[in-house]
Amino acid sequence: MKKNNKKTLVKLENASVEKNKKILVKNISFEVKQGEIVTLIGPNGSGKTTTAKMALGINENFEGNVQRYTSQIGYVPQKVVIDWTLPIRVNDFMQLTSKINPEEINEALDFTGVDHLKNKNLNELSGGEFQRILIARAIAKKPELLVLDEPVQGVDFKGEISLYELIRSISKKTNCGILLISHDLHVVMSATDYVVCLNGHICCSGTPKKVANSDQYRELFGDRASTMLSIYEHNHDHSHSTDGTIKKNN
Amino acid sequence: MLDDFFIRALIAGLGVSLITGPMGCFTIWKRLSFFGDTLAHSALLGVTMALTFELNIPFAVFVISSIIAVMLLSLQKNTRLPGDALLGLLAHSSLATGLVVIGFLSNIRFDVMGLLFGDILAVNKIDILIIWIGGAIILIILKFIWKSLFAATVNYDLAEAEGMKPDRANVIFIILMAAMIAIAIKMVGLLLITGMLIMPAAMARNLSDSPTKMVILSIVGGIMSVSIGLFASLEFNSPSGPSIITAALILFLLSLINFKKSNKVKNY
Repeated sequence: MKKNNKKTLVKLENASVEKNKKILVKNISFEVKQGEIVTLIGPNGSGKTTTAKMALGINENFEGNVQRYTSQIGYVPQKVVIDWTLPIRVNDFMQLTSKINPEEINEALDFTGVDHLKNKNLNELSGGEFQRILIARAIAKKPELLVLDEPVQGVDFKGEISLYELIRSISKKTNCGILLISHDLHVVMSATDYVVCLNGHICCSGTPKKVANSDQYRELFGDRASTMLSIYEHNHDHSHSTDGTIKKNN
Repeated sequence: MLDDFFIRALIAGLGVSLITGPMGCFTIWKRLSFFGDTLAHSALLGVTMALTFELNIPFAVFVISSIIAVMLLSLQKNTRLPGDALLGLLAHSSLATGLVVIGFLSNIRFDVMGLLFGDILAVNKIDILIIWIGGAIILIILKFIWKSLFAATVNYDLAEAEGMKPDRANVIFIILMAAMIAIAIKMVGLLLITGMLIMPAAMARNLSDSPTKMVILSIVGGIMSVSIGLFASLEFNSPSGPSIITAALILFLLSLINFKKSNKVKNY
């Protein structure tokens, strides 16, 4: 990986979380820098969300060292349930944690393709629409660090691909660092600079290519996952623009 | 003008409605209605403490309810009992302890019914002063923590991650709740105070599409309940506290009709 003088946004060193005498994650070390996408992958219960929360400072009961060098953070949690008793429109929700002017709200909603929902109530949205609103809210405040916990859940297949392209373009456009959690191996890996493969501890980490070829990864996800990834890596002969269209490179 | 007991009651009720409006909205958004009940029950203990040690009643209620509230928060963190069981435990133990202490105070004449169901027609000028000054302080603090409290209500983790300090907002909120109960207890009594919190807010929910609108309508609903309840109490000689709550119930039922209508129109 290229070593530039990019600002480190968050750094974990030998961080561990123990809850009710059970170790959830152990000795996690990695860092997210400006303009970089770091992806956490791993099976269910492998501690992906726990690790992300630790990086965000939500989980206070950890051992080891977690340093955050920015306070401008955008977060898309894994699960957000809006109670029916709370009447809240998309427009209000966009300004939940900071004041954002109308143009920026429109821009962000437009970016994730849901600007027509601006005046809808959150209870009226479908799962996929809500997910896009969550992403729009997190990017509208122009964060330095964006943490996305399975951001495309409930989004249709076509939308899924375009959202991942979108995530990549956000990091290019705003130079923010992104910590991404996902288990859509093949799509994610193509848009990632650094992969951390978790299973309670770090099984392996590095560039997507390196991780995909490692034995630990193969053990965790099976041979098929490994070949799937390699195929994708080697066929990367096209580029994507923000509106989802794909161009051949040659 | 303030010499008329009815005017005094109206002014007190108006003041209480201004506080219960926004507090009630957060109570139902945060699913704290049983929590409010628990704090109200613990108020009985506060009242008996005030009588035993000759303290100011709202002050003693505020202190005891705040202690119960903070105890509840720490118990929630440190035990595995589910929230509702914990609330029941504290509600009934403070109610029982309060009643036991009352039993020992045989030399003091004590209006238990007034405490349980309130006696708004008996408020004096000092009560009004406590309601309006205390209420203003509560509303100012609430305004101050509004944004982080609201973010914490929508999603705790998100608020925490984005630096909104939701923990602090939640603790301040429950202490405000204890203060509100201390202020309002004389008006509707400890058994009905949660009704005054929940019912106008529930009515407002049926008519609102934004948090601000819900808060405003909730205040309006509270004021209407107090006015209608008081006039009914005067007209039919019904007990004032329960009349106010009954009026709130009727308003809520009316809002259901509107809610169904507006839902139909919405599906264009």
